[in-house]
Amino acid sequence: MVVRHKAGEDHADRIFRALADRTRRDLLRRAMVGTLSVSGLARLYPMSTTAVQKHVAVLEEAGLVHRTRRGREQLVQTNIETVAEAGELLAQFEQLWRDRLGRICDVLAEPERGESR
Amino acid sequence: MTVLSVDRDLVALTLTIVSEFDATAARVWQVWADPRQLERWWGPPATPATVVDHDLTPGGRVTYYMTGPDGEKYHGWWRVVTVDPPHSLEIEDGFADESGRPNDELPTTSIEVRLTEATAAKTTMTITARSASISDMEQVIAIGQDEGMALAVGQMDAILVTPTKP
Repeated sequence: MVVRHKAGEDHADRIFRALADRTRRDLLRRAMVGTLSVSGLARLYPMSTTAVQKHVAVLEEAGLVHRTRRGREQLVQTNIETVAEAGELLAQFEQLWRDRLGRICDVLAEPERGESR
Repeated sequence: MTVLSVDRDLVALTLTIVSEFDATAARVWQVWADPRQLERWWGPPATPATVVDHDLTPGGRVTYYMTGPDGEKYHGWWRVVTVDPPHSLEIEDGFADESGRPNDELPTTSIEVRLTEATAAKTTMTITARSASISDMEQVIAIGQDEGMALAVGQMDAILVTPTKP
């Protein structure tokens, strides 16, 4: 389960920049749940369609989403691979903490003695 | 111990894990505040941790190393951001060189701990671990695996049989 596909440093920087903005994080969360149109997204924020489009472009550049056309509509879809990668990494963090919590439980189960503070 | 909930936020690259222990908050706090107790759970059995410095005050440092099966040592550190015993602790966890000096080129993880005493004998611990980027997470996990953080086979079996520890 060794995960070591090296996203290049530049790629990591783009992801980081893309996620550094609250609106873009919100956009990405919504896009994860389903396919949304840019105009539909624009109605959710106090900003113009053009402004939303700019945010979507930054997410796209980072490889987090891609745009497709359906008639006059522009649809935003999450890039499953990038999101899956994050999910796999978080699952490994989760395992690490579950193990630690199990060991904390063992420490707590023992009688208290000789504590150094 | 029961894991009450786990939330993986794929956008914020944050893991939130809520667990409950049959102990007072003051008792649970000790597993963080007492270096001898901390070193018994921070590292896995194959790579146990030894805590060197332990200054749990704002801006304070905790330094530790983990010893692998062949005697190799992996150094790490915490920087304490906020501390409010026995309720909350916020730290940065990072890697260090052989002398224990923080290696700024390697990523850090932000960890927040909150303890809430539900009843006199039950405490909820909420741990939030946050990474700055996907490549940071990859690096932390890759280094962790070099350090033998990956599960021992026996532990893996136990977890697969009982997905949530009682």
